[in-house]
This record gives sequence, C-alpha cells and structure tokens, in this order.
Amino acid sequence: MRNLMQKSALVLALFAAGAVPALAAGSEDEFKAAYAAAEAANKEAGKLRNQWTTTANTLTAAKKAADAGDFDKATASAKEAEALAKASIFQATSEKTRWKDLEIR
Amino acid sequence: MKLRSAIFLASAAIALAALTLTGAPLLAADDKIDPVADAKAFQKFFRDKFPKVKFEDFVNGPYSMNEDLYRQWQDKEQFPPYEFSLEMGKEMFSKPFKNGKTYADCFPNGGIGIRQNYPYFDEKEGKVITLELALNRCREANGEPPFSYVKDEMAALTAYMAFTSRGKPMDIKIPNDPRALAAYENGKEYFYTRRGQLNFSCATCHVQSPGERIRAEILAPALGIVNAMPIYRSEWSGMGTTSRRFTTCNSQIRAVPLGPQDDEYRNVEYYLSYVSNGLPISGPGARP
Repeated sequence: MRNLMQKSALVLALFAAGAVPALAAGSEDEFKAAYAAAEAANKEAGKLRNQWTTTANTLTAAKKAADAGDFDKATASAKEAEALAKASIFQATSEKTRWKDLEIR
Repeated sequence: MKLRSAIFLASAAIALAALTLTGAPLLAADDKIDPVADAKAFQKFFRDKFPKVKFEDFVNGPYSMNEDLYRQWQDKEQFPPYEFSLEMGKEMFSKPFKNGKTYADCFPNGGIGIRQNYPYFDEKEGKVITLELALNRCREANGEPPFSYVKDEMAALTAYMAFTSRGKPMDIKIPNDPRALAAYENGKEYFYTRRGQLNFSCATCHVQSPGERIRAEILAPALGIVNAMPIYRSEWSGMGTTSRRFTTCNSQIRAVPLGPQDDEYRNVEYYLSYVSNGLPISGPGARP
C-alpha cells in the first residue's frame, strides 16, 4: 500500500511536469521567479546526489527561451524544471528505505 | 486492591521488558551488515536463475547469457579489439616517469598479478581505493599529471594490469573496521537505489533483467561484471574503465553522473567486487 502511494505520488509529480507547460505563461519577472524556484529545487536534489539530466536540460531550455525574449515559453520550461527537480527529490527521499525491497537476501 | 494493582503493574513491566529484550536482538540481527551472507545469497541468486551457466562464465557478461553471442565473441577473441590498448598499457607501465621511477614502484609485487585485490579499503584513509585511483595517485606522487579516469591511458594501464591477473579469483577483503563495513553497505545501497528520470537502479538491469534485451543489447548479470573491466565497447568505439561504465549507466537512465572517483562509485565498485569474490579476473574484455 505504501509502495503504491509512493508510486502514485511519483506519477503525479511526473504528470505535473508534463502538465505545467500548458498552464504556464508570464512576464520576465514571472520567469525569474520560476527559474529561481527551479534552480533552488535542483540544488536540493544535488545535495541528495540525485539530479536528473532532464532537469538540467529543461533549465537550459528555459534560459535559452528567456534570452530570445519568449518569456511565456521560458516560464513554462522553468516550471517544468522545478517539477522535475521536485520529482527527483521525492525519488531520493523515498529510496532511502525502498532500496531494501530490491536487495537479494 | 492495591496488591492487585501492584501485580498488574509488575506484570505489565515484565511483559514490556520481555518484549524489549526479545525485540531488540531481532531488529539488530535484521540490520546487521553481513557481507559473507550477502555474497553467498548474491551468487546463489544468479546460479539459480541461470543453472546452465558455468560459475566462471558469469564474468563473460552478455556472452554467458546467449549461445550465438558466445560463439561470435569467441571468434572475435582471435583478434580482440582491446589488443591495441593492452599493448599501449604494457608500454606505458614499464616506461619510467621523469624522476626515473615507474608504476611498479607504487604497487605490491611490482603491479603484476594484483588486479584481483582492487578495490581495497585503506584503513589509514578510511576510504575505498580503486585501481584507477591508485594509478593516478602513483602518477601524482611521482610528479606526473593525472589521467582522465574514464578512457584512453587509464583504460590502457588497467587493461594491462588486469591482463597480468587473468584467471586469478577476485579476492576483496573487508577489514574488521566499521568504516569498511559502512563503505560496503553504502555501495550496496547505491547499487539497489533507483535514480534518474527513468527510475532505474543498477539492479533493475543487472539483477532483475540479465539476459533480456534492452534495445539491441543483451544485459549482463551483475555477478562478475567488474571482473572483465576495463572493456572495449563497440558502442563507445573504444575502451572504457569501470568509472566510464558507472557514469554512462547513470546518464542512460537520465541521472546526472557523479565525479568518476566520488565515494559512491568507489563504494559500489567495492560492493560489486566483493560479491564477485571467487570469480576469475577476465579483463580486459570486449562488449557489443
């Protein structure tokens, strides 16, 4: 049951990562706030030694869109990056005990 | 009434004490780090899963899982793709540093036939020392710049050292030191921990799915996987070290790789090597 809940939460987090771009839109200020939040979450994942390459790629895409002046796209990417980073944090946290389920005994 | 209460309280206290006393050792036994039992269970798991594979053949990775691949590999071994790297490693190994010393001065038995003892736990430093790390430390101690940990010169040197140890059984020791046990346990945890956006652990491929195809490749069993290192991989069009294998595995599952000799990788190599004790060194190897 606990495993099912953890899996569901991970699926929700991943769903959120995909769903966010459709909802996001914004100005330069919104982008900056979204980007800072994503970077902070990714930094936290780094402390847990569990960053995802997709988070880094999405952060780069956000920066690129912002540099091109497309803040709607940039904000959407930054929010997606934040959702990915949060999913990686969830994964690292839940795996602290879950890894034992896979162990050969 | 007072007597009754006293008896009740005393009984409850005895019951609680009994629970604590019986419960505590159970918990402790469950959490105890027992590398010997781990290795036994690990090897049994693979023997049971692949009863037709000879024990010593597990070091041949995907070739041990598939007869056609095995035959192709045997043909390929007539002119193995790691041969150039092996020759380069032999030459590099004997060439003196600028100060006149050589790699042989840094290792027991002059560095010949010792691959099976790496990685080892250094009790002075309190950390796992891999062969790759020891080679770069040797270079730096002799005034030479370190090599990249993942390919080229490092792969050549480790290929030569592995070649001089071929057939020797992996012989990793875990000293009676809580830090060594912790390093081993951390390596085990790393091996079984899911990571990356694909939510894979090392065990997902190499325990749950060896012999299965992942795209065009056949997955190798975790048992003996380090015995064949370093390897020539057709996918890389070149040689790669154990560090390269770990970092690229992480990238493939969309996890940001760690530094090639970060503690996690050193510990997981320690764990994987220990549970492969008894299997022969077969490196350098060749893989699709």
